Amino acid sequence: MRFYIRKLAALFLTVLLVSVITFLVFQVLPGDPAQIVLGVDADAHQLAELRKTMGLERPAAERYLSWIKDTSTGELGTSLRYQRPVADILQERLPVTISLAILSLGLTLIIGLPLGIYIARRDGKISALFLSVLTQLGVAVPSFWLAFLLILIFSVTFRLFPTYGYVPWHESPLGALKSLFLPALALAIPGIAVVIRYLRNTLLDQSRMDYVRTARSKGLRERSIMYRHMLRNSLIPVLTIVGLLIADTLGGSIVVENVFALPGLGNLLITSIGTRDLPLLQTLVLYIAFIVVCINFIVDMLYKIIDPRIRLKR
Amino acid sequence: MKWKQLVRNKPFVIGASLIGLLLMLMVMSLFYTPYGPNEMNTAMRLAHPQPSHWWGTDNFGRDIFSRIVEGTQTAFLIGVSSVAIGLFFGLFIGAIAGYRGGWTDEVLMRLMDAKLAFPGILLAIMLVSVFGPGLGNTIVALGLMSIPAFARIARSGFIQYKEFNFVKAAVARGAGATRIIVHHILPNIASPIIVAASLRFSGSILAEAGLSYLGLGVQPPDPSWGRMLSEAQPFIVNAPWYVLITGSVITVMVLGFNLLGDGIRDVYDNKS
Repeated sequence: MRFYIRKLAALFLTVLLVSVITFLVFQVLPGDPAQIVLGVDADAHQLAELRKTMGLERPAAERYLSWIKDTSTGELGTSLRYQRPVADILQERLPVTISLAILSLGLTLIIGLPLGIYIARRDGKISALFLSVLTQLGVAVPSFWLAFLLILIFSVTFRLFPTYGYVPWHESPLGALKSLFLPALALAIPGIAVVIRYLRNTLLDQSRMDYVRTARSKGLRERSIMYRHMLRNSLIPVLTIVGLLIADTLGGSIVVENVFALPGLGNLLITSIGTRDLPLLQTLVLYIAFIVVCINFIVDMLYKIIDPRIRLKR
Repeated sequence: MKWKQLVRNKPFVIGASLIGLLLMLMVMSLFYTPYGPNEMNTAMRLAHPQPSHWWGTDNFGRDIFSRIVEGTQTAFLIGVSSVAIGLFFGLFIGAIAGYRGGWTDEVLMRLMDAKLAFPGILLAIMLVSVFGPGLGNTIVALGLMSIPAFARIARSGFIQYKEFNFVKAAVARGAGATRIIVHHILPNIASPIIVAASLRFSGSILAEAGLSYLGLGVQPPDPSWGRMLSEAQPFIVNAPWYVLITGSVITVMVLGFNLLGDGIRDVYDNKS
C-alpha cells in the first residue's frame, strides 16, 4: 500500500512540474504572450484588448493558479482561432490520435513479438546479421520518411490504401482502418525493431538460466520451454519497453499525422502554431504530456502487478 | 583508448566510415559543389539522376547532389552544437545532483523526469512556437532535449565514484569540488558519455528532420535535409528519387552515429 501511495505522490509531482514547465514556456518566457499571438506588427489597441481577454494584467503566479484550477475542473478555456471551447476541439481530435496509437502499438506487438521469438529460436550467424542490419535500419530511419516510402509502395504503386485523409470510424470502419493503416505502420516500424532486438536478447539470456536446463532435463518439449517458461519471464522486461514506445508513438504521431493529413492532436498542434493560438496550444501540450505521464504510471503499476517479485520486495 | 579493439569492432568501423564519408563531403562542400546549391535551371526541372546531375534535380531545376552536400554542413552544425549544449548543462546538472545528493538530487531528477513527459519533438515544438523557427532556436531546442540523457549518466557516475578511495583521497588532500569533478570523476565516466553523445547526435539529426519537415526548424536560406523532404513530398510520384535520396542520406548519418555509439559501448562495456 505504501508503495502505491509513493507512486501516486510521484505522479502528482511530475504532473505539477509538467504544468509549471508548460506555463513557463507559453506565458512567462515570451515576455508578452499577446505579442506572440498578434505578431510583432500588431497595433497597440489590439494588443491591449487581447491582454485583457487573456487576463494578462494579473501577475503570472495568479494566472498559473487559476489556469490549473480551471484545467483540473475540466474548464479548458476557449481557442482564439476557432472561438470554441478547447475541450470540444480536443474531444473531436482525440479519437484519431488514440486509434492511431493503439493500431500502431498493436502492429508493433503483432509483428515484433513473433519475429523476436523466431530469431531467438534459430540464432545463427546469418539470421543474427540480418537481424542487426534490419533493427539498426529500423531505428535510424525517420518515421515520416518511412511514411513517404509506404505511400509510394502501397498507395501509388499498388493503390491499396489512400495517400492521405481520414475516414471516421462511424462512417465506415473499413475506411477508417484503411486510412490509419499506413501511418500506424510507419510509426510502428522503429518500435518493431526495438521489440525484436530486446526480446531476442532477453530470450537468449533466459536460455542460459538454470530453470531452462531443469525444464529440459525433465524432458519438456522445446515448444513448451519456450512459451510456458522463457517467454513469460521475457515479457516482463519487454513491457517496460512497450511503455516507452507508447510515448514515442505519441511523439512520432505529431509528424506522421501531418504527412497523412490526419485530423488528430499532432495535426492540431501544428495548425495552432501556424495560427498562434496560444490558449489552445498551451492546453494541448499539457494534455499530451498528461497522457504520457499517465501511461507511464499505468505501465509502472502493471509491471508491479505482473511481476510478484517486485511487488513483494517493497 | 582501446584502438585495437575498436578497429576490430564491426559496428564501430562501419559507423566511423559512414561518418567519415559524410565529413569528407562536408569539407568538400565548403570549397566546391558541382552546382550552386540555389542555382536554378528551369530547363532541367525534376530531371532524372544522370551524369550531369548525379542525383537529379528538384522542381526548380536545382542540383539535388549539391543541395544535399551543402546540407551536411547544417547537419553537422546542429548535431555538434546541440550535443555540446546537452553535454555542458547535462554534466553540470548531473554532477551537482550526484555530488550533493539529498533534496537537490531529488528536485533535479524529478525535473529531468518531467522533461520525459514531453515526448519526441514536443519540447522543441513548444520552444520554437514561442521563439520562432530558425537555425539558432532549433539548436537550442534540440540541445535542451539532450540534457536529461547526459545528466542521468553523470549523476550515476558521481554517485558511484564519490565513494571510491581515490576520490576520498583527493578530498582528504584538500582538492576543491571542481578539481575532483574534472580531474578525478569525469575521466572515469568518459566512455558512457561518448556513447551517449554519439546516440544523441543521431537523435538530434532525426529531430531536426522532423522539425524542419513541419516548417518549424531550419529556415531558408540555410540548407536542411528535413526541409528538402517536405519540398520533395509533392513530387513523390513524378520524382521519387528526390524523396528516396534525401531520406537515405539522413538515414545514413543517423545509422553512422548509432553504429559508432554501439561499437564504443561494445568495446568498453565488455570488461568481463
